[in-house]
Amino acid sequence: MASPNDRRYASTHEWHKLEGQLIVVGLSQFAVDELTDITFVDVTRASGPIKAGQAFGEIESVKTTSELYCGLDGTVAEVNTQVVQNPALVNQDPYGQGWLIKVKPADPAQLEKLLSAAAYDQSAAHH
Amino acid sequence: MNRTPFYQLHVDHGAKFVDFAGWEMPIMYRSIHEEHKHVRNSAGLFDVSHMGRIKFTGRQTRRFLERVLTRRISDMPELSCRYSLICNERGGVRDDVIVYRFADYWLLVVNASNREKILAHLKASVGDLAVKIEDQTTSTGMVALQGPKVMEVVGTMSREVPSLKRYHFCIKNLLIMKLIISRTGYTGEDGIEIIMPGNMAAMAMKLWLREGPGDQEAVLQPAGLGARDSLRLEAGMPLYGHELSEDIDPISAGLAFAVSLDKDQMPAGAGSEGEPFIGQEALKKIAAAGPVRRLVGLRLDGKRTPRQGMKVLQGDQTVGEVTSGCLSPTLGYPIAMAYVDSQAHPDGILLGEQKTPAQETPLPFYKRPQ
Repeated sequence: MASPNDRRYASTHEWHKLEGQLIVVGLSQFAVDELTDITFVDVTRASGPIKAGQAFGEIESVKTTSELYCGLDGTVAEVNTQVVQNPALVNQDPYGQGWLIKVKPADPAQLEKLLSAAAYDQSAAHH
Repeated sequence: MNRTPFYQLHVDHGAKFVDFAGWEMPIMYRSIHEEHKHVRNSAGLFDVSHMGRIKFTGRQTRRFLERVLTRRISDMPELSCRYSLICNERGGVRDDVIVYRFADYWLLVVNASNREKILAHLKASVGDLAVKIEDQTTSTGMVALQGPKVMEVVGTMSREVPSLKRYHFCIKNLLIMKLIISRTGYTGEDGIEIIMPGNMAAMAMKLWLREGPGDQEAVLQPAGLGARDSLRLEAGMPLYGHELSEDIDPISAGLAFAVSLDKDQMPAGAGSEGEPFIGQEALKKIAAAGPVRRLVGLRLDGKRTPRQGMKVLQGDQTVGEVTSGCLSPTLGYPIAMAYVDSQAHPDGILLGEQKTPAQETPLPFYKRPQ
């Protein structure tokens, strides 16, 4: 299934979508499928300035534990406490209610440096 | 990669596959947690065809099995099953198995990951005994139906099966095929396991899964290896490669019930004709001295998942290691099995860089309502 092309992707499987002044960050369907049932999301430590490639939290599933990375520089503006309460939300709606954090970007143009949906799907296929 | 007779059925049900000991097996269909809960509340169907099925014939089979199995089997009634271990000379576990006694032959069900190793060991241990060993794994299929509503489903097809006692089996004819149906399982629920000819297996399954793929209301739903693992963990059952290995003895693993240390004392015909089983001498010494470690259940604070290899702590001392862990879908909190020093009182697990508080709790974590 093709990833939505209204957002950009990091090779570490996070999507980044511009909404008003903020960039919403979440996890791709491909990554969610690989993880299987998500049991724990820790984004509560994310705050303040963040750099591209920096870990902002952890996600755990039945299968494994992995870090979550932000694809651009900025400042954490909001974290999704809903997914902390109910981690299965990431499984159910990874591109919507299962978002993870919102970042105020230092330079919104950085978004263009991330992967397009097509490029991401191609790289995920070779995963 | 090997495929079971039910491969197409898994595809039709939207399975996500995983390589398990060289077999392409469904890890899940929709959600591991949903499948787990469905087994606890209703009924799940597991493909366990990857497990090894080894048939033994010949007039000295009983004596041979007493030699390789830790648990006495000569007193097993016909049409019954028994859990046992196969050990190495050091008393370490080569495999844990289910023994089936038929009127005129015996069958062992062994772990998929150990099948080749166990076949080689069995063949090497026959010596001059008159025993024929036949690997039937690829010519047969095997499924487990597990959950409180299994007997409801099965009862419409057979009156005999719901009256089977635990660890007993019957042989049923379905159309022209012979099914071996045992009241056994690996989930902590009531249920059965069925062995059938491989070439008719898929057809047999269509009779059980009448509702077909995508029916959310069906009482019996397929469940994958992911749910199988968390179900057996809640039920406190060991898994080879986690709680059991060539370096772990059954006494430390809490499986002394499956070890007959007096086997060589049994009279002729009732045991091994005065011969000890492989590993008996080593296990006698371990039993006499007391094991240096023990298998415990741990309940953790928080919601994080303990995983194999994580350190178990008492204060700031390492006293053991996690062998299996999950966020228990039934109980809602994280659980783990771990080996700890026999004298230790564990109070935490090193999860990431932080100690997460944990309390020792008796196994099993979950017991089905009677």
